[in-house]
Amino acid sequence: MDEIKLLNVLKNDPRISTEDLADILNEDVDDVAKTKLRLEKEKIICGYHTVINWDKTNTEVCSAVIEVSAKPERDKGYDQVAARIARYPEVKTLYLISGRSEFLVLIDGKTMKEVADFVGQKLAPIEGITQTVTLFVLKKYKIEGVELSEKEKDERMLLSL
Amino acid sequence: MSKKYLNDVIQTIPPSGIRRFFNLANTMEGVVSLGVGEPDFATPWHIREEAIYAIEKGRTFYSENVGLFDLRKGVCDYYERRFNIKGYDPEKNALITVGASEGIDLVMRALLNPGDEVIMLNPSYVSYAPTVILAGGKPVIIEVKEENRFKLLPEDLEKAISDKTKMLFINFPNNPTGGVMNREDYEKLIPIIKKHDLVVLSDEIYCELSYGHKFTSIASFEEIKDQVIILNGFSKAYSMTGWRLGYVLAHEDIINAINIIHQYVIMCASTISQYAAIEAINHGDKDCELHKESFEQRRNFIVNGLNKIGLTCHMPEGAFYVFPSIKNTGLTSEEFCEQLLLESKVAVVPGSAFGSCGEGYIRISYAYSIEEIKVALERIERFLKSIDFVK
Repeated sequence: MDEIKLLNVLKNDPRISTEDLADILNEDVDDVAKTKLRLEKEKIICGYHTVINWDKTNTEVCSAVIEVSAKPERDKGYDQVAARIARYPEVKTLYLISGRSEFLVLIDGKTMKEVADFVGQKLAPIEGITQTVTLFVLKKYKIEGVELSEKEKDERMLLSL
Repeated sequence: MSKKYLNDVIQTIPPSGIRRFFNLANTMEGVVSLGVGEPDFATPWHIREEAIYAIEKGRTFYSENVGLFDLRKGVCDYYERRFNIKGYDPEKNALITVGASEGIDLVMRALLNPGDEVIMLNPSYVSYAPTVILAGGKPVIIEVKEENRFKLLPEDLEKAISDKTKMLFINFPNNPTGGVMNREDYEKLIPIIKKHDLVVLSDEIYCELSYGHKFTSIASFEEIKDQVIILNGFSKAYSMTGWRLGYVLAHEDIINAINIIHQYVIMCASTISQYAAIEAINHGDKDCELHKESFEQRRNFIVNGLNKIGLTCHMPEGAFYVFPSIKNTGLTSEEFCEQLLLESKVAVVPGSAFGSCGEGYIRISYAYSIEEIKVALERIERFLKSIDFVK
């Protein structure tokens, strides 16, 4: 079975039933179920998430992108600092990056103050972190490959040869 | 206005028989369609952006009759890069047309003498036979059969040839059947084509949608290459249907001849579309791959789904159509499609629209999202139950 194909289908539609997934891949249902389970166990599939446009709900969400500068540690490089940052549930995404800072941290809070408190009281004091630059998100246009604007309708004619 | 002003030929060509059915579908609300012959993807953004840039830069003039050099070079390079067909010279062997459809008309008009016969598959795309008739030729049909996976067999070709035969007109991957021809299938035809000195017009518009095998162009057989006219375009590979852009690759003498008609009738294809197409042909291979992967998934989904609900069909290896038989229902194609539309609000195309041999079949397009296909399959299943369909 082509696992990459399976993963690509799941990436676009994690809710898909195993039966439909098998039909799409033209594979046996049991084989698909087993493969999917194995990929989950091996942590190749790490989770199934929903893309939500919070702006359309009544819930306040304040997201920020934080550039974090840090010093590497002997023998451990950046991994130790990264582990300390990642432990906070507020941190949604954490990357080690090239360029002027070391880490890129994406966080979601309820308010600007909450985010600011997190940065000032939790993130910045972490040992090894030398500087933070917090960039507040003003509006989200596209998340995880999904454009948040209304989907354009099918402009094609109903029938064509 | 009286019909007396119309010429004799046009009066022999009836308008498409399913116009009434199309009109009916267009008046209905809540219809789920599996009826279109074009991809559902918008043209990839990098291609659209090139057209916008061309407009911004004022590149809005006529091009050479044969089309922009860079685009002609692009299509020649493309055939070498993708299908290993070498030797097409952009200065001599390529012409850019207004869709592949224009190419068909040009070829027929430039090559056919009155009474020349053109062998074509049946079922086939709707414009083929009328274009031949309008050019004074005579269509001769070969029925391609489901049990042969809608391939063209050498014995059938041999039988169809007469001393009037000028051309063989093929289309693989095929609309409406989804049939394909691989290298071995073509090998058996080559001696016949050589022996009878046939011109082969090969409509390769669905070449990028070949599943599980590599597309073979009949032009890759060096011994008949000068007899082959390749017809292709940007509509299906790059989702550029509305841009109306196609091309012809052929021997210099044929290109020069068809360019005489093209230059007087069309002048040149839309320059703006041509600039966009340069981007598509040079940098669009990845788009083709992505679209193909998506179509392949939908094909699997719909064929497995149809087989589960009893509309058995084999797994087609190209294009984005399945062509299941509905003969067991006792209904004609048109009756089946009309009832399916009125009672279950699913629009598909009667096989009979594609010629007499399409009777007893329906063409289902899977250029739709999995969700849409799923809804349509549920409705088709209910419909089949309502007419007591047995497998």
